[in-house]
Parts: sequence; structure tokens; C-alpha cells
Amino acid sequence: MRVVTLKINDQEMSGREDEDILHVAREHGIEIPTLCQLDGISEWGGCRLCLVEIEGSAKLSAACVTKVSEGMVVNTESERLSGYRKTIVEMLFTEGNHICSVCVSNNNCELQDMSSDLKIDHISLPYRYPARTVDASHDLFIFDANRCILCTRCVRVCDQVEGAHTWDIAGRGIQSQLISDLHQPWGESDSCTSCGKCVEACPTGALFEKGKAAGEMVKDPKFLVYLADMKAEKS
Amino acid sequence: MSVKTRAIRKIDAVKVPSDDKRWLIVAAAMRKHGSAQSALIETLHSVQSSFGYLDDIALAFVAHSLRIPLSKVYGVATFYSHFRLKPQGKHNCVICMGTACYIKGSVKLLQKVDQKYGLKVGNTTSDNQFSLLEARCLGACGIAPAGIFDGRVLGNLSPALVESQLDSWLKESTANETKSPS
Amino acid sequence: MIDRKITQQISSAEDLAKVAAEQLEWQAQYQHRVFVCMGTACQSVQSGAVLAALQTEIKNKGRENECLVSPGGCQGNCASAPLVSVPEQDLLYQTVQPADVEEIVDALAGKPVSRLLCDNKGDFFSKQNRVVTNHRGLLNPESIEDYIAAGGFRALLKALAEFSPDNVVQELQKSGLRGRGGAGYPTGLKWSTVAKARAEQKYVICNADEGDPGAFMNRSVLEDYPFRVLEGMAIAAYAVGASKGYVYVRAEYPLAVERVTKAIRSAEKHGLLGNKIGSMSLDFHVEIRLGAGAFVCGEETALISSIEGGKGLPCPRPPYPAESGLWGMPTLINNVETFANVVPIITNGAEWYATIGTPRSKGTKTFALSGRIINTGLVEVPLGTSLRQMIFDIGGGVPDGHKFKAVQTGGPAGGCIPEEHLDATIDYETLMELGSFMGSGGMIVMDDSSCMVDVAKFFMQFCAAESCGKCVPCRVGTAHMHDMLDRITKGEGTMEELGQLESLCDVVKFTSLCGLGQGAPNPVLSTLRFFKSEYLAHIVEHTCPAGVCAPIGQDIRRPTCALSP
Ligand SMILES: Cc1cc2nc3c(=O)[nH]c(=O)nc-3n(C[C@H](O)[C@H](O)[C@H](O)COP(=O)(O)O)c2cc1C
Ligand code: SF4
Ligand code: SF4
Ligand code: SF4
Ligand code: SF4
Ligand code: FES
Ligand code: FES
Ligand code: FES
Repeated sequence: MRVVTLKINDQEMSGREDEDILHVAREHGIEIPTLCQLDGISEWGGCRLCLVEIEGSAKLSAACVTKVSEGMVVNTESERLSGYRKTIVEMLFTEGNHICSVCVSNNNCELQDMSSDLKIDHISLPYRYPARTVDASHDLFIFDANRCILCTRCVRVCDQVEGAHTWDIAGRGIQSQLISDLHQPWGESDSCTSCGKCVEACPTGALFEKGKAAGEMVKDPKFLVYLADMKAEKS
Repeated sequence: MSVKTRAIRKIDAVKVPSDDKRWLIVAAAMRKHGSAQSALIETLHSVQSSFGYLDDIALAFVAHSLRIPLSKVYGVATFYSHFRLKPQGKHNCVICMGTACYIKGSVKLLQKVDQKYGLKVGNTTSDNQFSLLEARCLGACGIAPAGIFDGRVLGNLSPALVESQLDSWLKESTANETKSPS
Repeated sequence: MIDRKITQQISSAEDLAKVAAEQLEWQAQYQHRVFVCMGTACQSVQSGAVLAALQTEIKNKGRENECLVSPGGCQGNCASAPLVSVPEQDLLYQTVQPADVEEIVDALAGKPVSRLLCDNKGDFFSKQNRVVTNHRGLLNPESIEDYIAAGGFRALLKALAEFSPDNVVQELQKSGLRGRGGAGYPTGLKWSTVAKARAEQKYVICNADEGDPGAFMNRSVLEDYPFRVLEGMAIAAYAVGASKGYVYVRAEYPLAVERVTKAIRSAEKHGLLGNKIGSMSLDFHVEIRLGAGAFVCGEETALISSIEGGKGLPCPRPPYPAESGLWGMPTLINNVETFANVVPIITNGAEWYATIGTPRSKGTKTFALSGRIINTGLVEVPLGTSLRQMIFDIGGGVPDGHKFKAVQTGGPAGGCIPEEHLDATIDYETLMELGSFMGSGGMIVMDDSSCMVDVAKFFMQFCAAESCGKCVPCRVGTAHMHDMLDRITKGEGTMEELGQLESLCDVVKFTSLCGLGQGAPNPVLSTLRFFKSEYLAHIVEHTCPAGVCAPIGQDIRRPTCALSP
């Protein structure tokens, strides 16, 4: 694989040409906000928080799915970008029903972190207050659709790592919702092995372990990277 | 366990769900595409044209036969607006709500149906006589506003025309009822 | 139906010429030919019954050896359906009923039936330039024999025999043809990228999803010229080195599906599709795939995942389908009309084609004229024609004494162009500068009875309902924008909210993943640009100047309960 040199935020660096901007930036200590991206599973490109400017291109590019190339000049921070990111995070808050103080993931939530990183102090878009449900039929876990941001991390981890493909998104657009099997209660799903990977992968308080009180759910999806590395080693 | 789950668990890929002949058409459609996962949409089309809609049994059968996860089949079936998960009325009225038809007043057609029969888009009359659907564009914009009545495209629709068409369906059904009281 | 069927395989240009000559000879036995339009619009008003009645009438009169009645294609002026044409008399009859056929048959060679005559010399017909639809409906769309007699498949066999794949690509590049599916990407350039890609298997896909509401050109071309589209695809397959092709048609077009399916079968039977086409080196198999009601599937990467059997979710590009498309293989994807243009280009040469149109937008384009306009229907004009010519000369202007307000082009990603820009020419760049878009060719005319805020809301509702939901700005942003527009039409909007709407337009346009979200704000932006006063009337004065959101002069805010009827 060829190594290319590029510039991110005025910093010269090099990366392999099969690497994306996000990872090359990270290796060099530059953090780009992400929500749908998770190491160890495939890229999705849906949250649009990792959008960056590339010199010579009128369009913005999602860093998680854009490969680096020779001579590329990337800018990951600007007033315009942070404005866009703020609005997108606001959209996520208004799309569901989030009440952090009573949430199991309070203080351990990627969405919440994102809003403080982006210094969002109030939501100017109107709340949509959708009618959503909580599925507590599983023995070990709970799915609270009110907090789901449809990032599909659970769908991908369950399909690609566990091989069960219990989750999928039904419907489309603003009507999209996460479902298990043929829209059955999670606890009745024949495909779920109760491995818990989706819970660890979920960035918010949408998927959590039973018996956790507010603020008690702490997630750690790093194991996915080991699994992915192990898989790569074997093949 | 829910009724739904119990019904779904009975379905496997080897046997068709019942001796209804229409399953053979579905099975043939799958075979025609080599029973590959890529045959999913074509197969759902054949289920819907044979049975009129997709129920859990059919979805489970297709999933098992094509070796596709249940949730993925459900995702695909609900993504495309052409697929229906609920049974439809005996007759079918589709009103185009594409731009050309909208500009030519197709909203009034829907209002008429709602006013006279209390039927909103996506619903079926309580006696299952007919379903009301909307379409994006029938490609008949030249004769907008257009609609499809039991598969037949009709153009230059007016509220009165829609009404007379729907009434003729209702009349036909009352006529049938008087003929064969059951 | 009186029809002549050939059975032989066509394995050379000589065979093709022989079949064409025989068919022409057979047609020439008939002194009179009559075509009945069997397009969607005409069939909807029973042109099938007219066709049958004509055939019976001729039989009853014992004239079946001198008169031949054939199903024909769309004449363009579908509003006058059903249409019957008698080419040798250069006559077009409109709104023909089965009861009229006796008179029509009696009038063959005699005096025309004047009460049914349609003015086929008027501006609607004379100002058009038909390249893609050059048979003007006078071709039986289901007969491969008639297609061959009219010169069909000559371009394919010529390309196979006389051109290298490279030559074909060069010819396309010289012609200046740009994609007719919306964005106007140079077709020759796209072909050369796919041709250069190295892979065991390549694909050619014809995008016949035509989801723009208010557009039906692709439907018409597929219904009337299924063989020509297939021929164009085969030439493309030869040029880029593909052996398999798909036509992705929306399920809402049953007639087009039927015609293409039959055309594939009959072309295969005669050795014009399949293995060793025309006994030459090309193997090309075509299958049809049905859409299932998702506008986003017109987007190329979504279309590809739909053919693969999944949801139509767009993927980030690059990689472009030309490098990695269907099943990860290099894939050429073009619009129906793009493929249909290939045949005349190969037949008449790139130089000829390049003389039509403007320096940057070559050739002709079909448009579906509809809405508040006298002559609705399908028209084909050279690019560079002005909007005014299109709407007032060809379209005959706005009916019922109403006043023209705007023309909407480009579908849900397009914009509304007002009166003061009617002299702008129809080409990719000019429409873009006006905040609109060529799109696939829908042209919807609006008069003073349309409220532009309501129109913007209509399109936003469309985009919100068709958003696939994969990316946040489009999934949530279109829903918010729709709600804001809805509040404005109800008199509940504020100036502050209008500002918020504008800034959401900016976010959604620049952060969405695919063209659907990126284009969704355009109808709002263009109506804000040209019709801001209507927004202000709703917000500040609580009135709807067009009388759509409430009768003219009345308050559009919902009456309070006590006052409501
Ligand atoms: C939301 C969306 C819908 C589209 N719908 C269509 C369509 O219905 N037909 C079409 O040919 N192209 C459509 N396109 C454009 C295609 O992605 C693609 O550019 C086109 O088929 C390429 O063919 P061309 O180069 O011949 O124009 C659409 C694009 C987007 C983003
Ligand atoms: S998921 Fe995160 S943002 Fe939502 S309520 Fe819980 S802590 Fe708050
Ligand atoms: S627990 Fe494991 S198998 Fe069950 S849904 Fe989550 S990831 Fe899939
Ligand atoms: S449940 Fe969690 S991981 Fe799954 S889509 Fe929702 S937010 Fe993402
Ligand atoms: S822009 Fe809209 S249609 Fe396109 S990927 Fe995003 S959500 Fe889907
Ligand atoms: S992290 Fe790149 S789009 Fe979500
Ligand atoms: S918009 Fe209704 S048929 Fe096209
Ligand atoms: S469909 Fe008959 S004229 Fe257009």
C-alpha cells in the first residue's frame, strides 16, 4: 500500500492510501467529532458530524468514509463546520425524547458529550416529542427507543461481529425505527444470542443493562477492536 | 410469548406455509432468481401480487427460504412504500399526488373521499370494499389529475368522477349481496 | 391483430437489411395505414377499444387487404387522447371514440373527418425537434419487425462491425451528449471511465426509476421505443466491455415494464441480445428489475443496492459506480433518454448531433409539460430553447384567463422560475444559475392560483416522506422544514422562524449525504428568492395572496372553535 502525504489543519502528515481522513487525523492527535463511526465495524457515514473541508472541493466530505490522497489539504475546524455540527446535534435531540437527569447513561453518553464538546447551551429547534416505546422484554437488556439516534451501530455490530442480525431499521425518513426480527419484542427474538455487544456499542442510553439506575450505565466498546484485529490475523 | 412470535416460529424454509396454490408462484419466483439473497425484492413483489399484501408468515417464509435475517426482510418490506403489510380492500383506488396532479387539484379528490366515505389515505373501508392509496406520479401528468381504479389509469378526474366510480363499486357489492344472501 | 412476425435469427448487417426490406415491402402492400396511440394516457381513455373497433370496421368492410391498423406511440399532446393518426394524409384525429371509427375508415383517401381533426401543423408540433422521439408515435412499439424496418439495430451492428469500443466512446465524447438523468455529466467521459476500469465483469444499468413527480418522459420513451433503449444499452455494453445489463423500472409503470420485458425477449429470440449478438463478439444479457416505490432509488448508489436486493440506501461517493458499482464491479449507469440518444448519434454521427443545442448543452431534451398550461404533454426541443417559447409557443400559455406565475423544473431538487426569467434558455448551466435544475425533464407550469409557500411545502413534504433516513440532516431537517412551512401556511410562522428555515436550508443542503437531501432545500430557496413577498404576506399579514391557504382576503389562521362552522 502506498503512503501519501497530506496536510490536516496545517499539519503535515502521512498515511496509507487505504486509510480514511478520520483515522489519519486521529493517529496524529487531531480529533474529529463522530457518532455513527465505531472502530471494529464497517463505516456508515450517516451522522455527518465528521464532515470536513477539503481544499479544491466545494462539497464537504465525511472524514470517516473519505480516503486520504496525495497532496490533500484538509481542514477539520471552522466556524461553518461547528455551526453545522451544532445544528445536527440539535436535530438529534429534537428527534427523540431525551431527559438526561433520569437516563442510565447520564454522564456516560456520547450524544451528551458531543453537545458539551460543541458547547451547545440551548436547543433552538422545536422538539418533535415522538411517541416512542420502551422494550423491556429481554431478560438482560432494555431498549428505550426514546433515546435512539438511529446510528445503526447496534445493527452493524450484531450483524458483522456477532453474526445474528437481530436488529434492523424499519420504515424510512423520520418514521425510521429500530426493530428486532419481524418487529417482535426483543425478548422473543430467536436470533438474539444475548451476547450484549449491541449494548456496549450503543453510544446513548437507548440500549442498556437491566437493573441500572440513572447514570449507572457505563459502556466500553473497545473489545470490538481486539475482535476485529483477531479476525484479521486469522484470515 | 406473543401470538405473532408463535406464528412466526412455525414457519420454516422447506415447506411452504400452507397448501395454498399461490405459494407455488412465490416459490417459482425465488427459484427463477436462483434463490439468491438478491431475489428478495422480486420475491416480495410476487408475494404481494399473489396475496395482495405481506403478512408475518409470508415474510418469515421468504426470509428462511432466501436465508436472509428476519429483521432485514422486515426492513426492506417497510422501506418501500409499494409493499403493504395490511390486507387491502376488494377494490383499490389510487389518487396521484404528484406535482402536476397537485397543481390541478388532486387534494380536492382526497377531500371528497374523506368527506363522503370517511376514508383517509392508506386506509380501507370498514366493510373491506375499497382501499384508498396515494401515488407519487403515475406518469400520466398530461391528463392530470390522474388516478388508478383497480389497475385502470383514469385521467382528468373530478371529485364527481371519483365519487361515481366509488359508488359503482359499492352498488356492485350491494347487488351481489342481494343475489347471494349469506 | 394484423401483424407480421419473423422467426429468423439476425446474424449480420445483410440479414438485418433483408428483414427491413421485407417488412417495408409487406407494409407497402397496404394502401392505408392507421396508428392508434397506445400510450398510458390514451389507454386510460380506452384507445384500446378504438383500435379494436377500427380493426373490426375494416374487416366488416372487407378492406383488410388495403388498410393496416397498428398500435402506435405517444403523439405528445396526451390531453387530447385518444389520438389516431393517418400518416399518408398527414392527419391526426383527437378524442376519438369507438363510435367514430366508421367515419374515419370511410374518410381514408377521402375528405378528413373535420370534427375530429387536431391541428398537427401548429406551434405545438412545428416548434419541436424530435431526435429521441423521431417516429412521432408512428411505430408499433411492440414489433421488432417494424423497429427494424425503421432502421432499428443498424446502429448496433454498425458499431460492432465498424467501430472499436474505443471509437464508440470517442464518438460519444465528440457528440457532447450529457446525462439526461439530471446532473448532466458528460456521457462519453463516464463511458471512458468504465471502459478503462479493469475487471472480470462489468455491468450496464438503465435508470428508469423516473421518480420526479410530474415527469413522464422516460415512461413515454420506454413505452414507445423499448428496442431503441435496449439497442443503446447494447452499444454501451460493447463500448465499456460489459456483458450484463439491468433496466430498473419503477413498478408504477406497468405498461413500460410489459413493453421492455417483451422487447428483451424478442430481441433475444432474434439474436440481437444475448450471446454473440449479430454473430459478432458481443455477449450482452439484459434483465428487468422493478422498483418498489422509493424515490431515492433513482440515486445511482441507492439503485444499485436495490438491485442487489436491499434497501435503497445511498452510499458515499467516491467510489463512483464507474469504479465500484453493482456487486462491487465497474458499472455504467445512465438514464433512459441518455441511452435512447446513443442510437441516433451512432447512426448520424457525432458531428451531426453536436450541431443541435448550445455550445455546452448539445442535442435535444424531452420535457413533460404539465400543470396550468393549455397543451400538456410530451415535447422534445433542442437545448437552448427559451422557457418562453416552451411555455407560450409550444405549450400555448396558461388557460382560463389566468396569469402565469412560475414554472417548476428539476423535480423536488429543482426550483420555481418566475415570469421575469422566462427568456432564459433551457440548458444545464442557465437553469442552475436560476436556482433550479434540469432534472429529468418535468416542467410544471403554475399560475396565479398557486401559492408558492404551499408549493414549497408540497415539495418539502415529498422530500421528507422520501428521505431514506440514513443521514441526520435530511432525515430530521426535512421534517423540521416541512413543519415550519406548514406553520407559515397556517399563519403561525414568525420572522424569526423564517430565518431559522433559511439557515436549516443551508445546513441540509451542505451536510446531507446524497442528492435528495442536498437538493431538498432548493424549492424553498428558489421560492424565497423570487416570491419572498408571498412568505411575508403569510407571516405578517396572515393572508394567502393566491387564495390557497384560505380564500383571498381572509385570515389564514385557523378560526377559533367558537367561530368555526
Ligand atoms: C434523489 C435522486 C433521484 C434521482 N432520480 C433519478 C431518476 O429517476 N432517473 C435518473 O435517470 N436519474 C436519477 N437521478 C440521477 C442518478 O443518480 C444518476 O445521476 C443518473 O441516472 C445518471 O445517468 P445520466 O448520466 O445518464 O444522467 C437521481 C438522483 C438523485 C440524487
Ligand atoms: S441518551 Fe444521552 S442524551 Fe439522551 S437522555 Fe440519555 S444521557 Fe441524555
Ligand atoms: S445481544 Fe448480541 S445477539 Fe442480541 S441483539 Fe445484541 S448484539 Fe445481537
Ligand atoms: S439503539 Fe443505540 S446503537 Fe442502536 S441505533 Fe439506536 S442509538 Fe444507535
Ligand atoms: S440525504 Fe436523505 S435520502 Fe440521501 S442518504 Fe441522507 S437521508 Fe438518505
Ligand atoms: S462519523 Fe462520519 S458520518 Fe458519522
Ligand atoms: S403528477 Fe400525477 S400523474 Fe404525474
Ligand atoms: S399517450 Fe397517447 S398521445 Fe400521449
